Amino acid sequence: METDKHIGPVLLSTDRISLSFGGVKALIDVSAAVREHEILGIIGPNGAGKTSLLNCINGVYRPQEGSITFKGKTRNRMKPHQAAGQGIARTFQNVALFRGMSTLDNIMTGRNTKVRSNILLQALWWGPAKAEELEHRAFVEQIIDFLEIQSIRKTPVGRLPYGLQKRVELGRALAAEPDLLLLDEPMAGMNVEEKEDMSRFILDVNDEFGTAIILIEHDMGVVMDICDRVVVLDFGRKIADGTPDEVRANQDVIDAYLGVSH
Amino acid sequence: MNDHVEASEQGARDTFPKILLDLAAHRADKVAIREKFLGIWQSHTWAQSLDNVRDLALGLAAHGFARGDKIAIIGDNRPHLYWAVAAAQALGGVPVPIYQDSIVEEMEYVLEHAGVRFVVAEDQEQVDKVLAVRDKVPGIELIVYKDPRGMRHYREPGLEWYEDIQKRGRDFHADKPDYFTDEVAKGRGADLGVMLYTSGTTGRPKGVMLSYDNVIFAAGVGIRHDRLTENEEVVAYLPMAWVGDHLFSYGEALCAGFTVNCPESGETVLQDLREIGPTYYFAPPRVWENILTTVMVRIEDAARVKRWLFHKFMKVAERVGERIMDGRTVGIGDRLLYGLGEILIYGPLKDNLGMSRIRVAYTAGEALGPETFSFYRSLGINIKQVYGMTEATVFVTGQSDGDVRNDTVGGALPGVEIKIGDGGEVMFRSAGVFMGYYKNDEATAEATTEDGWVHTGDAGLIDGDGHLKIIDRAKDVGALTDGTMFAPKYIENKLKFSPFVREAVAHGDARDHVTAFVNIDLDAVGNWAERRSIAYTSYTDLAARPEVYGLIREEVERVNRSLAEDDGLAGAQIRRFLILHKELDPDDNELTRTRKVRRAFVADKYKALIDGLYSDASAVDIEAEVTYEDGRKGTLKATLTIEDVTVTAPTAKAA
Repeated sequence: METDKHIGPVLLSTDRISLSFGGVKALIDVSAAVREHEILGIIGPNGAGKTSLLNCINGVYRPQEGSITFKGKTRNRMKPHQAAGQGIARTFQNVALFRGMSTLDNIMTGRNTKVRSNILLQALWWGPAKAEELEHRAFVEQIIDFLEIQSIRKTPVGRLPYGLQKRVELGRALAAEPDLLLLDEPMAGMNVEEKEDMSRFILDVNDEFGTAIILIEHDMGVVMDICDRVVVLDFGRKIADGTPDEVRANQDVIDAYLGVSH
Repeated sequence: MNDHVEASEQGARDTFPKILLDLAAHRADKVAIREKFLGIWQSHTWAQSLDNVRDLALGLAAHGFARGDKIAIIGDNRPHLYWAVAAAQALGGVPVPIYQDSIVEEMEYVLEHAGVRFVVAEDQEQVDKVLAVRDKVPGIELIVYKDPRGMRHYREPGLEWYEDIQKRGRDFHADKPDYFTDEVAKGRGADLGVMLYTSGTTGRPKGVMLSYDNVIFAAGVGIRHDRLTENEEVVAYLPMAWVGDHLFSYGEALCAGFTVNCPESGETVLQDLREIGPTYYFAPPRVWENILTTVMVRIEDAARVKRWLFHKFMKVAERVGERIMDGRTVGIGDRLLYGLGEILIYGPLKDNLGMSRIRVAYTAGEALGPETFSFYRSLGINIKQVYGMTEATVFVTGQSDGDVRNDTVGGALPGVEIKIGDGGEVMFRSAGVFMGYYKNDEATAEATTEDGWVHTGDAGLIDGDGHLKIIDRAKDVGALTDGTMFAPKYIENKLKFSPFVREAVAHGDARDHVTAFVNIDLDAVGNWAERRSIAYTSYTDLAARPEVYGLIREEVERVNRSLAEDDGLAGAQIRRFLILHKELDPDDNELTRTRKVRRAFVADKYKALIDGLYSDASAVDIEAEVTYEDGRKGTLKATLTIEDVTVTAPTAKAA
């Protein structure tokens, strides 16, 4: 299908960030950028620093060196909830949902950062708080429709198969209406059909809402298919950055994946 | 509005657009159709429905839609697609609903054969399929899609959003305010109203042409037979391309003026059913059996007290439930017990299934197991068997209140004549008889006689009370080498009455004895296995477990005992069987879209297995091709065990 996708200016960039835990260097001098409306893949062997990079971006870790610029603002220190408030949402390598709560309620929690009324009014479900909740519910219903999970709206997520739980998790991230979505191995452990569904939803999210996406994924087929650009990490260093075709042809990448004798 | 005046002046209700004008005039504010969308049931009145139909029709007219044009309608049951049917008819066009789960090749055949100029598709998925064949079907000029999601970057010419077309329709209406009513008035009852492609167990699908008269006649039969009123609520969830949905959710809904409810999605049907509580309900045997299986599985998992209560009261219901519904005499003690059961068990159960308001429910298509049938009736759910076919606009025979027996499909419905022709074939004649197969006079001539009778292709008997009993497809009835009659479907149905058997294929024509393929029901057998701590990884694995073979062997022996009771069929007991490693699937061409076995295809594809069944082998290797939903193919290899079964000596009393 021909598309006329317009990738915009840089939305978030890391400038020479380094992160170490004691003597272990997780990230060394990594500079990368994701543009508006872009899907950026991050690949690399196990322990290459992929998840550490995501954790720096949404404020879980604070890099010892370098800086991160998001929407033109450079910051040194940001808490995860601040990152969320400014429009960065994420999903996790392991499912991190409230297992006893329904799909609907789980996704509603994603609206948390958008709630304006105070806790007392919310508890009383009165006046503006009520109107506001209905507004949020309407938004969440659109996400449920978008992700085609109407049939599990009221099902506790603990009872759902893994593939659907991942979809609910994506729904919760979308509920925050993020400008940047960080997906940490959204397709790990899925079968081919579930992967195809998830890929479709990621492309649809990107297309429909214009959300920029950073995606960590091990399935090269998926990464090469859906990403606009790919960054390759190896032992904490960035060894390649380019379109899927460029990366595929890059000798350093081939070496990192296939292994070479040094 | 002058629209309505004109229609009522004419007074004729001989086409559906005319009936719609009439309803919009006289019952403007009554709800015509609902759809659950974004978690809420959104209602549309008859007046709103008419507005939508008119806007769409005129939008199409602005694109050059001419009388006689064919318009394909592809998608789940949605108000917008029913409106598209009416819009096409309003302009004198012919709607051609297509099964929404058709794969690309099937769709290409129908689009090409029907000569479709316009397509109304639900969403991107359906649009993609149409686009994939567009260069092979050059007649398609315009594709209209309802759901704009994912469609933003499509740049193909002739691709328009439903609401944009409707907007154009409103402009058109401002220009030519009489165009719509004039076009509607030109319609006649004898005109071709709809083309429905039958899946057919052999060869290419055939386009059955039905006139407005056909559908209005059939709707009248149904409405009178079960006293349907404008207050009925139905849930439209079976494919729009199937004649039953066209009759119940479109024809009868307009003729009686009742409300149609469209579920949120294919997966939510059972929940939506519960929210709506339909009064008039249709389901093929497969659905009735699935619901029963689910209930039984859940009861087995329930607490002991509940389980005990359930079984206790189900015994009462079994004993007197049907008698009470039929208005026969029942002792006061049993009545009280049944009443208590209604409060404790039956009522809550029916409420849970969304069946507490059902006045009448139909099953048709295949035979429904007697236990299943009795289960629902004993709960007070008035389920009836109907026998019919697309070529009859559904109705041939049906069961009447108070005269329901589970071994027949009832007597001929008013206005329908039935008889048994050569070779035991059932034939019928009525005002519902189709106009013919589109562009296939040869097949039409084969199916009909000069004096208006239609061959059903089913072998059957008419008993002393005029009730029809269907045995099998006439062409499938064969004989064993010793001359015993072999009616495969009759045997397969007996197998399928077991909750553990989802599908079965019997072999035996021109053979020494009968053998069978069995498909297990994954839910029921899976649950059975779990309760016995039998571990399995997949369908294939479960199907091959020796314990499962043991379970199925018991079921086959039960069938043999039942066959032994029947004089003519005692020799046709099953000697050997095997459990297939995969479910028979329409995507692999093994079943039709309405889930009937394509016998010849299966026999050819699994020839190695049949040869194994008729050898001394105790196992046989199979390599089968499977087609995934996106059209890719893969292969599946397995070794299947073949099991011998004991046969029962004939127990029939000499008559």
